[in-house]
Amino acid sequence: LGIPGEIVEIMADREDFAMVSVAGVKRAVNIGLLEDEQLRAGDWILIHVGFALSKIDEAEAAAALRMLEGMGQAYADELLALAASDSARIREERSASSGQPLSSPGGAAR
Amino acid sequence: MRFVDEFRDAEKARVLAARIAELCEPGRRYKFMEVCGGHTHTIYKHGLEDYLPETVSLVHGPGCPVCVIPMGRVDDAIAIAEQPDVIMTSFGDMLRVPGGRGSFFDSNAAGADIRMVYSPLDSLKIARANPDKRVVFMAIGMETTAPSTAMTVLRAAAEGLDNFSIFCNHVTIIPAIKAILDSPDMRLDGFIGPGHVSTIVGCRPYEYVSRDYNKPLVCAGFEPLDILQSVYMLMRQVHEGRAEVENQYARVVPWNGNAKALAVMAEVMELRPYFEWRGLGFISQSALQVREKYAAFDAERIFQLPGVRVADPKACQCGEVLKGVLRPWECKVFGTACTPETPIGTCMVSSEGACAAYYNFGRFTRERVKAASR
Repeated sequence: LGIPGEIVEIMADREDFAMVSVAGVKRAVNIGLLEDEQLRAGDWILIHVGFALSKIDEAEAAAALRMLEGMGQAYADELLALAASDSARIREERSASSGQPLSSPGGAAR
Repeated sequence: MRFVDEFRDAEKARVLAARIAELCEPGRRYKFMEVCGGHTHTIYKHGLEDYLPETVSLVHGPGCPVCVIPMGRVDDAIAIAEQPDVIMTSFGDMLRVPGGRGSFFDSNAAGADIRMVYSPLDSLKIARANPDKRVVFMAIGMETTAPSTAMTVLRAAAEGLDNFSIFCNHVTIIPAIKAILDSPDMRLDGFIGPGHVSTIVGCRPYEYVSRDYNKPLVCAGFEPLDILQSVYMLMRQVHEGRAEVENQYARVVPWNGNAKALAVMAEVMELRPYFEWRGLGFISQSALQVREKYAAFDAERIFQLPGVRVADPKACQCGEVLKGVLRPWECKVFGTACTPETPIGTCMVSSEGACAAYYNFGRFTRERVKAASR
């Protein structure tokens, strides 16, 4: 799955990361694969497993969202997995454990 | 034809369907393969086959990364997970994939520490938080996902993490398409090329399909109209006697792909001499392994693996489904012994798998079509 998100800001203190608004939730996304794109706040990207895969325009983002919403459970699972993902908070709380327990099958697809 | 699942722009879909029908030559049947599991999902979800003339059929290809993982590799991953002090991590849809000795779920129930992650970066985070554990990321996926895994390895190397490794099962789609083209039991008129994979590799790597096999290929987006438009483009090529690579998804897919992603992938990984694909068998140079330079992050070098090839269960016909020889509902165990809750084969596990997509959406569409036409 590729999920569209809008860049809120390029993170100055974290190399390769941007704060991105995804379905209303802000989270950090690795934008290292798009370093040639000169990404800026307001740009839309397609996110896959925590990485920005391609830069898209707003119309494409809207179309992708429409399609994902039509997917129902698979999209809901992907958003849940993304929301629970800890890669956003990399250097904080070194001691906290992360990763989701195996009580909920389904979830992220690649 | 009945339109059982109306979607936005259904009227445009009918117009496209009519134009496709106009290109059909009398008495000729057309068969196109959609390589990508995401396309399979859209096709079943929206009942797109019902829009197409009866002489145009779509068959599902091997583009579901979870579906093509052979049982022996699942057993290898479980063998790693059962080593002392190991935390095994992987994507959610890998967890129920059955190996010869059960799935990750079974292994977790038996005491192994297996965790679901959304991103390989989550595995890295787990490694940082657990310096006394050995954290392994079971990396699966095609070229869409491999650059993210490679970026994660580079980050681990930059940070000097010594307790993180990947069990690399990344596969590359180009050799698999070639294997299908070489397969004697498959006669295809063209391909709907993958969308997300192509954002990374671009359109160039498919040129051999048109040049050497004289088949058209159209890289397609994921909306219903994208797919119908792509079928129209394929039909037009066939009608005009052309065989070219075309890009229907140009709004996202650059012709030359993503140079940075390809470079990162090439830095960390190299082609394996051969790799087993479920259903397709061993295909040469069809998967990626970690380069010697990053051996410290390669679970295959760190852990002793059984490395035993395990034959698929006799009842399971995922192989035929992945090659497009059988439709999901033609499999002997589809929907009876094999369901998404208790999958026998991988095609029933992933949401991108043809069987799961058909089980969840397609069969209802078919039933409604039957009911409506009574």
